[in-house]
Amino acid sequence: MKTDIILAGVGGQGIVTIGATVGMAALHNNLYLKQSEVHGMSQRGGAVQSHLRISEKPIASDLIPEGMADVIISVEPMESLRYIPFLSKNGWLVTNTTPFINIPNYPDLEMIMERIKAMGNYIALDADAMAKEIKSPRSSNIIVLGAASPFLNISYDKLEDGIRSIFERKGEDIVNLNLKALQIGKQFTEMNRN
Amino acid sequence: MQKLLLLGAESIAQGAIDAGLSGVYAYPGTPSTEITEYIQKNKAAREKKIHSQWSSNEKTAMEAALGMSYAGKRAMVCMKHVGLNVAADAFINSAITGVNGGLIVTVADDPSMHSSQNEQDSRFYAKFAMIPVLEPSNQQEAYDMAYFGFELSEKFKVPVMMRITTRLSHSRSGVQRLKELAQNDLKLPSDMRQFVLLPSIAKVRYRGLLNSQLGFEQDSENSKFNQYIEAKDKSLGIIACGISLNYLNENYLEQEIPYPVLKIGQYPLPRKHIEKLFTECEEVLVLEEGYPLVEEMLKGYLEKVKVKGRLDGTLPRDGELNPTIVGKALGFQKEEGLKVPDFINNRPPAMCTGCGHIDAYKALNEALAEAGKGHVFSDIGCYTLGALEPYTAINSCVDMGASITMAKGAADAGLQPAVAVIGDSTFTHSGMTGLLDAVNENTNITVIISDNFTTAMTGQQDSQALGHIEDICKGIGVEPDHIIVLNPTKKNHDLMVQTMKEEMKYPGVSVIIPRRQCIQTVKNKELVEKLRELDLK
Repeated sequence: MKTDIILAGVGGQGIVTIGATVGMAALHNNLYLKQSEVHGMSQRGGAVQSHLRISEKPIASDLIPEGMADVIISVEPMESLRYIPFLSKNGWLVTNTTPFINIPNYPDLEMIMERIKAMGNYIALDADAMAKEIKSPRSSNIIVLGAASPFLNISYDKLEDGIRSIFERKGEDIVNLNLKALQIGKQFTEMNRN
Repeated sequence: MQKLLLLGAESIAQGAIDAGLSGVYAYPGTPSTEITEYIQKNKAAREKKIHSQWSSNEKTAMEAALGMSYAGKRAMVCMKHVGLNVAADAFINSAITGVNGGLIVTVADDPSMHSSQNEQDSRFYAKFAMIPVLEPSNQQEAYDMAYFGFELSEKFKVPVMMRITTRLSHSRSGVQRLKELAQNDLKLPSDMRQFVLLPSIAKVRYRGLLNSQLGFEQDSENSKFNQYIEAKDKSLGIIACGISLNYLNENYLEQEIPYPVLKIGQYPLPRKHIEKLFTECEEVLVLEEGYPLVEEMLKGYLEKVKVKGRLDGTLPRDGELNPTIVGKALGFQKEEGLKVPDFINNRPPAMCTGCGHIDAYKALNEALAEAGKGHVFSDIGCYTLGALEPYTAINSCVDMGASITMAKGAADAGLQPAVAVIGDSTFTHSGMTGLLDAVNENTNITVIISDNFTTAMTGQQDSQALGHIEDICKGIGVEPDHIIVLNPTKKNHDLMVQTMKEEMKYPGVSVIIPRRQCIQTVKNKELVEKLRELDLK
């Protein structure tokens, strides 16, 4: 069993937290893990990505080869499409639909959504709106992770353990909010999976 | 012991801590920053009183680390590749002085220029200094090499370079720790003249360094970080340096690699292994991250065995490697992935909403409207993003501190106004000495020190300039009437424009300090408290 995941978004949107959560879950499962992150200059509102690889066997490359990713998890719709050359034929694209517009030439959102819907396997959810509904606007990244959870080959309770260890130091309330966020993301996929 | 989930950078830090490190010295620089930050935040490191405060620049860091080594303790200095240019004088000469306590010089290269102005390869510096290099292929090796690197340094009494690249530095994986070692005792060098590089002594020491080269090579031949992996098909032999080994392995997950492979993790190159590979194989493919250093050495002028790599087009000449590129070099036909839709636009990094640099640039652009474009020399930091739309406010970014000196040179040539834009941390890194040059000649330049109380671009590390800027400028000799502090806000826009215009007219050195806290640090309680103490809020 091996899962190759591309995490995508804009600097500051919390993809490092998604990566850390999955990383902790993999660690609890005694799986091998490699996660390549973007630090430094690109973090300032620029496009950021992370390659996350989980496997029962030792992993060679820190980077996923083109056409090999099982899942793209994106917290921003345009960013989800930037990395589709990495997606495998049967791979899943899971993305937030709320755009983060900080460039003057942000493309037409409808065009973006059409292209996303043309993907064979996709889950598109308005995680920002869902996060507001559960009164945890900063948890949209975890909602997207929840929506991707059925495709990660990691048991759901281990992901919950991951959430607990990442948010532990911020207190029980924050842990519970993020567990809730993870859950509603997962439910969305269960109900909308084609 | 359970494995730790660590970045490559953090693995080096943990390896050094466990090997009995007494001090780390560094100036922040992507992708090296996380090594020092890890040691700063590590509880055990604090309990062991390991020095970890930031230095003013890479040269002061290198020298302080050498001083700690002089006193018999194990020290590490960390920097990004271009930081080694700043530290080069101390670095090259540290190979001549040699060390007392183990000294590792960790340099993080940035092929593909993710956050840098070039992709220079630090292994050339190590070759120039004639010292051993360790180049890890993964996080565990990064830990192990830091751990054993001090031993290597103390064995040969020379500094050892640890060379990593962005990809390993910023990739996380499981790392198994080794037994914690105690720190060295304070102990002076046995030869009290070792560090005195008077020509008469330096000549002797240099000959000693030359004589050590064979020992370095033999150590490489016996190193566990270098491995010769036998295989049947001798039509090709592969040399895989550092992280490129992983990209090679990624292409043979389901099968054994058919060709002999020489894995390189320690330099100088292990001659015996190289000779064996060249005797056995018809052609040799060199995989290395950065410049074609090994490839060029082995190719020579008279290529007896065909050497393939970055120089003959088998691999791209620039940029970082990845499994897809290496796969193509090995003749694998990869299925093409989907195309990125044409309408996807670039999203470059940008200054944060509410950043003080933005207000400073808006004022500067207006103050320079009459003079037109082409008058602003800038520097390295978040404010370099002022080069991009919608500001397009600066005309240079070359190296740390170059803003002030380039403005001076342009003013000497007759350009007026000549403006320098530099940040607080970059000013104390390398801007101060250039300001002295301008003061000594009373050059007509306007220096804008955009002060946000932090080294922001690399992740808001402490700024050595905090609370010192006006005093430094006065001490250097800038007229106190022409050192002006402003709060860069919308409300103060007109005042800023007017002040800038006036100071550009003043025929001498003026310093304008737009000063506002970096918005990324507003939740940093320690900094907020310090600012209150210094009355800087």
